[in-house]
Amino acid sequence: MKPLLNWLDARTGAVSLVRRILYEQIPGGARWRHCWGTALLFTFFMQAITGFFLLTSYSASAQSAWESVYYIQSEMLAGWLVRGLHHFTSQIFIALLAIHVLQSVIFHAYTAPREFNWWLLLLLVPLGMGMSVTGWLLPFDQHGYWAARVPLNIAGIIPGIGALQQKLLLGGTEVGHLTLTRFLSLHAGFLAAATGTVLLVLCAWDRRHRPVVGANPNVAAPYWPDQALRDAIVCLAVLTTALFFVIRPRLIDPAAPLGAELGAPADPSEPFSAARPVWFVLFLFQFLKYFPGESEVWGAVVIPTLVLLMLVMMPFVGRWKFGRRFNVGFILGVAGGVTMLAWLAIAEDRGDPIYRLAVEDATRTGRRAVELAQSPAGISTLGAVALLRTDPYVQGPKIFAKHCSSCHRYGGHDGTGRIPKDPQRAPDLKGFGSREWLTEFLNPDNISSTKFFGGTKFKDGKMAKFVKKEFTGDTPAEKEQLRKVIIAVSAEAGLKSQRDADKQDARHIAEGRKLFDAEIGCSDCHRFRGGDEETSAPSLSGYASRQWLIGMISNPGHIRFYGPRNDRMPVFGDDKILEPQTIALVADWLRGEWYEPPPPTNTLTSASAPAGGK
Amino acid sequence: MPSPAIPPGAADRRSFVKKVFAGVLGAVALLSPLAAGVTMFFDPVRRRKRQDAGMIKVATLDSVPKDGLPRKFAVVASRTDAWNRFPRVPVGAVYLRRTGPRKVEAFNVACPHAGCLVDFDEDNKSYLCPCHNSTFTVEGKRSADSPSPRDLDALEVQVRKDNGIYVKFQQFQMGQAAKVPLA
Repeated sequence: MKPLLNWLDARTGAVSLVRRILYEQIPGGARWRHCWGTALLFTFFMQAITGFFLLTSYSASAQSAWESVYYIQSEMLAGWLVRGLHHFTSQIFIALLAIHVLQSVIFHAYTAPREFNWWLLLLLVPLGMGMSVTGWLLPFDQHGYWAARVPLNIAGIIPGIGALQQKLLLGGTEVGHLTLTRFLSLHAGFLAAATGTVLLVLCAWDRRHRPVVGANPNVAAPYWPDQALRDAIVCLAVLTTALFFVIRPRLIDPAAPLGAELGAPADPSEPFSAARPVWFVLFLFQFLKYFPGESEVWGAVVIPTLVLLMLVMMPFVGRWKFGRRFNVGFILGVAGGVTMLAWLAIAEDRGDPIYRLAVEDATRTGRRAVELAQSPAGISTLGAVALLRTDPYVQGPKIFAKHCSSCHRYGGHDGTGRIPKDPQRAPDLKGFGSREWLTEFLNPDNISSTKFFGGTKFKDGKMAKFVKKEFTGDTPAEKEQLRKVIIAVSAEAGLKSQRDADKQDARHIAEGRKLFDAEIGCSDCHRFRGGDEETSAPSLSGYASRQWLIGMISNPGHIRFYGPRNDRMPVFGDDKILEPQTIALVADWLRGEWYEPPPPTNTLTSASAPAGGK
Repeated sequence: MPSPAIPPGAADRRSFVKKVFAGVLGAVALLSPLAAGVTMFFDPVRRRKRQDAGMIKVATLDSVPKDGLPRKFAVVASRTDAWNRFPRVPVGAVYLRRTGPRKVEAFNVACPHAGCLVDFDEDNKSYLCPCHNSTFTVEGKRSADSPSPRDLDALEVQVRKDNGIYVKFQQFQMGQAAKVPLA
């Protein structure tokens, strides 16, 4: 063995290098506090490894970035693990860096001849921030998109070079293909190489000038094995922490996917009120709130740069009589300020119900995007954003809230969970056309209530009078007749939720259709399955079906519906208030027609194994 | 190292010329690829946005209620993103508000501060940016303590004979008091 090693060493010098590293005497012996640097280096290596493998499956374009990340996260073997580790380790890197900087100031590890060690360490701060800003956008989900707009804007407000710098980063005037390609090449290319180089040089220089402060100068021990063991334990602790964060979502919510969250695909036209930067930038986010108008450049650029300059000057400041104490006071002040600002931001959001709703909505929409991506239809070349734009489950409530909820309600709210300001003036449409809805509507006690006709001019109209007169004090036989009519009318809707019930009750439906004409006398006013077009009440042929609803929303004043008796309902389609696709979306949503994934067979494997529907 | 056979002065001169050439040639070799790359990287700076937007129809007069409160409408137009052209996609949104029987006011929904999309808060009758809490009145005027450097960006708007509301949809440089369209 020995001759072989000697032969190798004579040609490469590798063996003596390893020996020098392992057996170098460390002044003061093995200490836990020497582990921070190693932990930082290990964190970087973890990022490099997971980052490389993410890069093997990532596609940087506005049309495929989210899609490829979704594929990594939800479809690929261990994709969630690799992405999760990359996501959380990046945050550990920043945390370790902050601790390392703090530690270096407190133990004044910047003093001669370690000035360059200190400056290199400080260089990691902008590099780490740059890595974070560029990496955050790459999944191209709503979180990343909206969070990236702020640093891009800050790049633009720097006097003189701002606009140019912003254009170079964006690759144009808006976030798009070129922003992603640029950010990726900065993230995985330039910044990664720079960070790696700085860390390696820092390691070499730390060996050249060991920080000896606080160490007993009379004691020394080799790196191997005492310090190496401590380093290994610390690296394992870093890994364990990252793994904990990867599985943490599942510990909080059993339905949550493992690993890092993936929001809905970025959509510049879809507001995202849940936009917040990553936790270690929250302080800056909060800080900006205190700089009105054009003074923003002070908060976003000038003050942070001055603080960083102050840190750079620490080796010189430290030479003065009270310099070291001043430096410690300064760094503690900065750390305290940063912590307080971040805490303020969190506290403000905690107490904000609108923000909470926005976060819930963001999570729901993000998971829905994944569901749709996994549906048999899959992601077309139009990208995942088109899936959400054409999904009744996502769009229905928004359309309803905006265009319908000033009069109608959906289960008492506006479809999105908020209570509209305007009083209810038209029926609650949750479950519209279903047996339950019709049963409740045709109850003499309910028909003139606010939930149904109470807010309309039909409150005391013919229908309300008819229901109150005919259906009050019904005998059980009459009640049975009414039930069959309800089943028959509701069957016209062909609701997905009633498919089985409609099939089962075919005989009752047939009876109900006859009763509609004969016994109950609905056909005196309503047209039903043929008959006179010119009736005094809306046609119930195909009642609450997709086509019927689209017709009703498009033009409630049509002779098929309310005709001239229409009460204030806008003519959404024929007046071109809404596009036909929009009307169809809200009709589908009211009818519960949207893609639903098959129930997961095993929740534990659903994150790694291809989900159902394939 | 100069060889002892050559007089010292000549050796120094020759050595100086060599040094200059080594430096210059080395720099040319090293910097040329860098210059080529940087030139390409600067391409977006000279590129101008395609000015094809013009007036875009975003809504009809009937869809804007007469209560004088703003409603949000998506702006659908074609968009070019580097090598792709997307026909008819949502490119942004505007708030429309009636100011008269046939008069409408339009604002870009993007907050001039950092570009988040502002919400209209019906309870307080004001716009609120969910990011840094800038607030604006119904008329789009910023309140004094807002981080936003200017009022909401008003857009050129026309109500045409077909009752269509047409808006000249523009984005502006964020974070500064002057309203400069992005080109």
